[in-house]
Amino acid sequence: MELDWEYAFSILPTLLKGLKTALYATVVGFVIACVAGLVLALLVRVRVKVVKWVTNAFIEFVRSTPLLIQLFFLYFGLNKYFQLSAFTVGAVALGIHYSTYLAEVYRSGIDNVEKGQWEASRALNFSKGRTWTSIILPQAIPPILPIMGNYLIVVFKETPLLAGITVLEMLTRSKNILSRDWKPFEPYTMVGLIFLVLSLTMAIVFELMERRMNRRFTK
Amino acid sequence: MNPSLWMEWAPLLWKGLVTTVQVALLSGVVALFLAVLTGICRLSKYKLIRGIAYVYVMLFRGVSLLVLLFWVYFSLPALGIEFSAISAAVLAFGLNYGAFGSEIVRSSILAVPKGQWEAALALNLTPAQRMFRIILPQAVVRMLPPINNLMIELLKATSLVSFITLADLTFQSQILRGQFFGNTIELFTIVLILYFILSSCITLVARLLERKLSAGRM
Repeated sequence: MELDWEYAFSILPTLLKGLKTALYATVVGFVIACVAGLVLALLVRVRVKVVKWVTNAFIEFVRSTPLLIQLFFLYFGLNKYFQLSAFTVGAVALGIHYSTYLAEVYRSGIDNVEKGQWEASRALNFSKGRTWTSIILPQAIPPILPIMGNYLIVVFKETPLLAGITVLEMLTRSKNILSRDWKPFEPYTMVGLIFLVLSLTMAIVFELMERRMNRRFTK
Repeated sequence: MNPSLWMEWAPLLWKGLVTTVQVALLSGVVALFLAVLTGICRLSKYKLIRGIAYVYVMLFRGVSLLVLLFWVYFSLPALGIEFSAISAAVLAFGLNYGAFGSEIVRSSILAVPKGQWEAALALNLTPAQRMFRIILPQAVVRMLPPINNLMIELLKATSLVSFITLADLTFQSQILRGQFFGNTIELFTIVLILYFILSSCITLVARLLERKLSAGRM
């Protein structure tokens, strides 16, 4: 048996609808991860020990436990009180999970800013907020953009997990097609190929970006 | 908080935990084997071997793990290749994490100082001796921290086997969720803590190994 192309193309429109949901979840999840990751990275640097300890413990715990169980915890557990849609919960869970990874990425970016920059900022009598927004972050973030890009790919590849909480992404849609037509080969093969093509394309883009960054940032 | 409920859950959760550990150990072994094998192949002097290893890494790093698992378990039987749920899981996880591990192995081997290669060459060691007695033992020490992270990722990924009806910890928690609607927060908190304990065990083993293997080296 081989791929029945005609059948494969006939289910493509449904799968693409699922892809749209998956991409939407990726973008929303990734934006949450970027913002929350930065907040975590800054909280780790707070001088109050309790704040630092709690933040580190949170990062460690979220990183060490499966996203799927976190999805269940949020959707079947906490969501009883919020009644948000499965999509919203899914995107938030993706965002929170990967914020702990991005916090590490930001940390490495911030640590790589030279000490002289902090001293210069103090010498210029900049406020703390101004130091961060106009001196440190503009230098810390550009070099880590390719790494952040890689996490965008990772988040995209994790979206099938949202099938576990009934979000209609590609995998859920394939399952539905499968229970209708009972042809198990085409739907999953198509979804696999779509993921492969998109994630490899993104990987190439970020790799080119990284090369350009390296040229710009290595002195 | 309801400890009497926990006692009621304990037998099922324990059974699930055992399955989770089994799947994680088996796929961990396969992944590490593939990682070392393809990591070394990436550095082969033969273009064909390098090429095959490179394609393997690109391909299996690019797929989405859950889709790969579904493909192996539900689609391959259409081609006449059938797997039990556990072998499908071990195969999919092994291939996927082997590809990520391959990069770790490759970069750690490359990070061994050049003098070590030259010294091994000067001592007239065979290529196999050079790799397995001089280079790899030093590379392994460098590999341990990233491999530790990889194994934790693998452990987390084992939760996906619940989708293909393997009764792991995640699967059992889903069953319990159906019976105890009012206590889902408590239930999943316990499950999260159990996974956290398993992750901590991996880190502990990695730390011990690191101490043991780097003794007298650094």
